[in-house]
Amino acid sequence: MQLSVFRADVRAWLDINCPETMRLPAVQDEVVWGGRNFQFKNPDSKIWLERMAGKGWTCPTWPEEFGGGGLSKEEAMILSQELSRINARPALTSFGISMLGPVLLESASYEQKLEHIPKIVRGEIRWCQGYSEPGSGSDLASLATRAEADGDDYLINGSKVWTSYADKADWIFCLVRTDVEGPKHGGISFILFDMETSGVSTKPIQLISGSSPFCETFFDDVRVPANNLIGGVNNGWAIAKRLLQHERTMISGFGLADSLNSDADHASIMDKVEDAAMHYRGDSGRLSDPVLRDEIAKFKIDSEAFALTSRRSLEESKKEQGPTATSSMLKNYGCELNKRRYELLLQALGSQALGWEGSGFKIEELGVTREWLRSKANSIEGGTSEVQLNVIAKRVLGLPDILNMRKGRD
Amino acid sequence: MSLVFNEDQELLQDSAKNFVSQNAPLSVLRQLRDTNDDRGFDEKIWAQMIELGWAGIAIEESFGGFNFGHVGLGVVLEETGRTLVSSPLISSVLLGATAISYFGSDPQKKYLLPKVVKGQLLLALAVDELPIHSPNRIESFATKVDGGYRINGNKTFVLDGHVADKLIVVARIDKGGVSRQGLNLFVVDKKAPGLNIQRTLMVDCRNCANLSLTDVYVEEENRLGVDMGVDHGASRLARVLDVGRIGVASEMLGSMQAAFDLTLTYLKQREQFGVLIGSFQGLQHRAATMYSEIELCRSAVRGALLELDNLHASDDSVARIASMTKAKVSDVAQLVSNEAIQMHGGIGMTDEYDVGFYIKRARVAQQFLGDAAFHRDRYASLNSF
Repeated sequence: MQLSVFRADVRAWLDINCPETMRLPAVQDEVVWGGRNFQFKNPDSKIWLERMAGKGWTCPTWPEEFGGGGLSKEEAMILSQELSRINARPALTSFGISMLGPVLLESASYEQKLEHIPKIVRGEIRWCQGYSEPGSGSDLASLATRAEADGDDYLINGSKVWTSYADKADWIFCLVRTDVEGPKHGGISFILFDMETSGVSTKPIQLISGSSPFCETFFDDVRVPANNLIGGVNNGWAIAKRLLQHERTMISGFGLADSLNSDADHASIMDKVEDAAMHYRGDSGRLSDPVLRDEIAKFKIDSEAFALTSRRSLEESKKEQGPTATSSMLKNYGCELNKRRYELLLQALGSQALGWEGSGFKIEELGVTREWLRSKANSIEGGTSEVQLNVIAKRVLGLPDILNMRKGRD
Repeated sequence: MSLVFNEDQELLQDSAKNFVSQNAPLSVLRQLRDTNDDRGFDEKIWAQMIELGWAGIAIEESFGGFNFGHVGLGVVLEETGRTLVSSPLISSVLLGATAISYFGSDPQKKYLLPKVVKGQLLLALAVDELPIHSPNRIESFATKVDGGYRINGNKTFVLDGHVADKLIVVARIDKGGVSRQGLNLFVVDKKAPGLNIQRTLMVDCRNCANLSLTDVYVEEENRLGVDMGVDHGASRLARVLDVGRIGVASEMLGSMQAAFDLTLTYLKQREQFGVLIGSFQGLQHRAATMYSEIELCRSAVRGALLELDNLHASDDSVARIASMTKAKVSDVAQLVSNEAIQMHGGIGMTDEYDVGFYIKRARVAQQFLGDAAFHRDRYASLNSF
């Protein structure tokens, strides 16, 4: 189909099918995560999801045979442009879409895709990620959660930590150790199971920001069918790393906060650090603090250059297949930018950004306090900034691994 | 428009890369310096560059050019930056020809631009009067006299001013040293009575000049834009300088990438404590940081070049992205050139090794047409804060 025809069709379809309230700026507690027990705060969200999922447009480039939209990258780009043109909210946000689905499409069997992909597209199953463990953070490959073969099943024992929304998720994609002999990377498998399986329990972790997006997750003799394993026994590490690239690409979006254009009707003084800084100083036209002015300019320049880099990386990835090791660069830079943004907002607002709760502060001021604290996790989750720099050094720049060099000498 | 090169641009990049690596390696610059070359660039190489059409890339076909856009000129500048090619590409083409394209009347363009494209005419743009770039602080004054003007004033940091056949001098026609009103550009012949040109040897082995003008007579027809009146100057000058800033940033991108590549190679060769030093995390993280920053510069430069070729772009949007890019690229040029020396250790301090040429060129290019602080200030003002 000609792209211009496709654009006209998309525009006409959206015109009829995107509910009016779905064209208003997204509200945090109306984000649609999907799942068996999901409660829609806004009934229009449900209609919007059903219509978009019906076209496969929650996952526009995924194959039609698994419920996806079957669009080419050019068509998907047009769809995304048309969605942003009307300020449409995402119909569905999920780890199934941004992380699991892409690796299932690459590595799962036909039956496994048929089982899981359509449910991700329709938002029927909400997924969580079982990666980090209490003893395995940056050194993820040292993970110890054990999966032992038992007839046609695996028996899983161990625990995971920093499992985002484990208490709300239906299924988990989980890294488990299926071989304790040999090198640590070679004994890991990637397996999927239902969080309602007997022996699974979760416990939320309260963070410094006061919120609890993460959980501890415990497995006590959890029985999982062996054919839930993806990509073959002991082949999990390659899948795990691939999925991390997708995760990092997703997280790098945090760095785009400054370059998003907000709708003039719903703009907040906090959208632009410089506006906030002038507002709280009573300045107009020019920020009176020259040092802060320079810092903000530096931040905005980096944000703009970063947004251009994200765009370029997206255009380049059209030529290749999905994200590459440069996802580590984007993740690292995007997260550091977001942290800088909140530190600058703190300077911009002065003591009004330091309230915890109660009177004396506007809701958006208290929001800055909490989000500032939350932003500190950006450079830890999905691999710390230090790990990303390691990945860039070794995978992009080809610098030697000191561990290998020392081993070579023993 | 795409931030990724199209096929034509890739072809141009490959041919520029090949030409530069085969015909204009860094040793040429070293040789020019060591022999105290009185022109400061290699005329044979420049003739070849003219032959390749590089001087006409961004010039319209009706004025003898090839209408390939600023993206094309940027591609070439980036490649010449890799080996620090010293040529009049920046002075005569990027700045001189652009000034004529933006300010000139049709007859002026028809007369001057084809000569630049063919390499028959070298231009230089004379703006700054202080050691700190401040394009609105112009005290050079053009007094109206019969049939033309008499210009008095001083100029500094005029790139290739000592070899230019004609100098394009910014002077004001009204009074007041910092006003944006009344700025005009005058084409002054190098032999004009009253014009004194003093070559200044810069640390980067390229050449600049200080000019002093004493009652230099310029005919009305050599005021650029005779058909536009005398008060159109400042915003057009800003646009010309923005083209220059973005072009220089392209060149800086090539230079910083080359300095980084040199450093990376060294990290993979040099052994200490029984291992390659590139295996040390203390160096790896700094290398990874430089890589990330260079990638941001590449995106900024591409975005800025595209904006120059975007016919619908406003002067303000060009100004914003030009200052964004020059500020970012200047900061990263400083980072990368400093780290390149440090990571090379002792050998990086020797004149025999090439890395020193990169730090010297970086500082001059950083300062040229405004350093990072100048452009952050301008960027903030353009963003109303």
